[in-house]
Amino acid sequence: MKKISGANAFIEALRCEGVKHVFGYPGGAVLDIFDAIMDAEDIEFILSRHEQGAVHAADGYARASGKVGVCLVTSGPGATNTVTGIATAYMDSIPMVVFTGQVPTHLIGNDAFQEADIVGITRPCTKHNYLVKNISDLARVVKEAFYIARTGRSGPVLVDLPKDVMKDTIFFKYPDNVVMDSYCPTYKGHPGQIKRIVNLILKSRKPVIYAGGGVVHANASKVLVDFARSMNLPVTTTLMGLGAFPSDDPLSLGMLGMHGTYAANMAVTHTDCLVAIGSRFDDRVTGKIDEFAPKAKIIHIDIDPTSISKNVKVDLPVVGDSRMVLQGMLSQVKDAGDEVKVLLKGIKPWLKRIDAWKKEQPLRYSKGKAIKPQYVVEMIDRLTPDDTIISTEVGQNQMWTAQFYKFNEPRLFLTSGGLGTMGYGFPAAIGAQVAFPGRTVIDIAGDGSIQMNIQELATVVQYRLPVKVMILNNGYLGMVRQWQALFYNKRYSHTSLEISPDYIKLAEAYGAEGIRVTEPSEVEGAIKQALAIEGPVFVDFIVESEEDVYPMVPAGAPINNMLLV
Amino acid sequence: MRHAISVLVDNEAGVLSRVIGLFSGRGFNIESLSVAPTLDPAKSMMVITTSGNEQVLEQIKKQLNKLINVIKVVDFVGKEFVEREMILIKVKAKEETRAEVLRIADIFRAKVVDVSSSSYTLALTGDKRKLEGFIEILHPIGIIDFIRTGTVIMEREMHGRRKLKV
Repeated sequence: MKKISGANAFIEALRCEGVKHVFGYPGGAVLDIFDAIMDAEDIEFILSRHEQGAVHAADGYARASGKVGVCLVTSGPGATNTVTGIATAYMDSIPMVVFTGQVPTHLIGNDAFQEADIVGITRPCTKHNYLVKNISDLARVVKEAFYIARTGRSGPVLVDLPKDVMKDTIFFKYPDNVVMDSYCPTYKGHPGQIKRIVNLILKSRKPVIYAGGGVVHANASKVLVDFARSMNLPVTTTLMGLGAFPSDDPLSLGMLGMHGTYAANMAVTHTDCLVAIGSRFDDRVTGKIDEFAPKAKIIHIDIDPTSISKNVKVDLPVVGDSRMVLQGMLSQVKDAGDEVKVLLKGIKPWLKRIDAWKKEQPLRYSKGKAIKPQYVVEMIDRLTPDDTIISTEVGQNQMWTAQFYKFNEPRLFLTSGGLGTMGYGFPAAIGAQVAFPGRTVIDIAGDGSIQMNIQELATVVQYRLPVKVMILNNGYLGMVRQWQALFYNKRYSHTSLEISPDYIKLAEAYGAEGIRVTEPSEVEGAIKQALAIEGPVFVDFIVESEEDVYPMVPAGAPINNMLLV
Repeated sequence: MRHAISVLVDNEAGVLSRVIGLFSGRGFNIESLSVAPTLDPAKSMMVITTSGNEQVLEQIKKQLNKLINVIKVVDFVGKEFVEREMILIKVKAKEETRAEVLRIADIFRAKVVDVSSSSYTLALTGDKRKLEGFIEILHPIGIIDFIRTGTVIMEREMHGRRKLKV
């Protein structure tokens, strides 16, 4: 065995973690690593055109595949450019490790060229972060970083690598185990509590499951479906939980919250037993907190103890992994026998009432002369294969996708739920396409959001990633405009995008293809055409300019207080 | 309600910042803070005194536990403990009050640690109430300045069935 450089040791550590793809951007402080990565034929490096693109791509890769996303950038501005992407991943609990270059240790604190205290900057938006000051810590830190990122409530971890540490040499040995006495997530729920949960549900007559992103992260969708069906429990999901429960299941209520369905919001308002699984009572879900599920006993299953009783007082909490707790619940149900029959009979009126709500106020939109954005989303849903991965930007495009694209499997919907990061969708789609080269990957975008990371057009062309970008082009920052229309007397302060690029020419300038669609009758054909093209495509749908997203719960109102049209 | 919370952490660079950042980022309040290495030099003990309702305190403790470098969090409310802070207080000492200051210092078992023709500097340890009583009594005489440490706290050892109070 001979000594190898820190940079080579770093590559070895990535290999030990099974890393196949790294998204990033080079620079002075990481020259040694980039020199080493050039020889690592088993690790594919994807060069973005902006570090934010790289970090969102790593995030999209993680969401779609369930693996840890990896990002590598240089010090200073390279590192600070990742901050939005790290915060995005942190809010949505996405497993990711971001490696940043750092100036040599003897220059740290000297305001050196391209120096930023990235560990200090990202402390509040990472699950944990490290500065590797000594090469002897390198292997352990990388091991811990991946371990922390993917275990417990997953999240982003940042590792800062000073240049001299990468030049230093060491006998490389990757640790077999992680030894940390201060980090030990709870997976197995308390058996007594699990029993109590099932008993509480059995006693209820108007139960509802409210499932969130935690179900997706824990790969708990299947057991959620089994559990819900075993007791005929209606299920609403959060934005992050879309796909965790099949939309086409009769028990599905769709999404709840600010732009949730009427049936979901009414069911939660009237339920006597709310079973929250891997969800965190976000303000966009609860509306006015005092009037959220006011009649319900609240059960909360979450892997993160801090999520429990943070926003809402919980009657029956369980800390644990959604999948393991649900499995425990399912076996309790199997033992319950007759009591389940009583429940199945007892909740019939409740299910009827829910069906009435569904029929009374389904998601809908009116047809018009111009293209309706909802129609575009519906058509994309109809024309794409079942395993299509959809990412969105943030705003109306995101909400229409959540409402009108029917997700039946987890990990097919990539969206920035917590942070609400415009510019997320396109690079996230790139990450998903890298993870699944053979699948259809679509970014449903707005004309505002797409301009925030549009430079990644070069990336999709360079790596022949056939991402399809469907721009719902209404000439506005649509969601902000909608709020201005509803709550600010239609004073459209700086939300009109008076100048936008010609997206067709732009796509072509980068070597991609572009299609413009101006008539409703052309929508279907254009989508088909885009899907048939082998390479990346921008489809520019000129849609109704002042279409609003409904239902809508005004901020701070109770969620049964919905504006319906 | 005031809570004293001890937080056992890894004795590493940046850990204090993680803990403090948690408090500021989430709008929790820190009344006082002390931190120093423990018997095991790889670990440090922080004592934070804070206040808030039950739900806030629950969140503080959970959030602290969630930090990777935090090993153990103990809330001393409802426990038997000894608690000490220290104050250095500089008091005006004119001819007519010099004796009075010393008498008060004696009552509180404070020590004179510096003296000048116009002032005494006194050092006192005790719990928060004792220190505040001391400040209050000295106030009319004329406090020039004072500086206080954070609280340090330790659970009382069991002696037989009941804990002894010294």
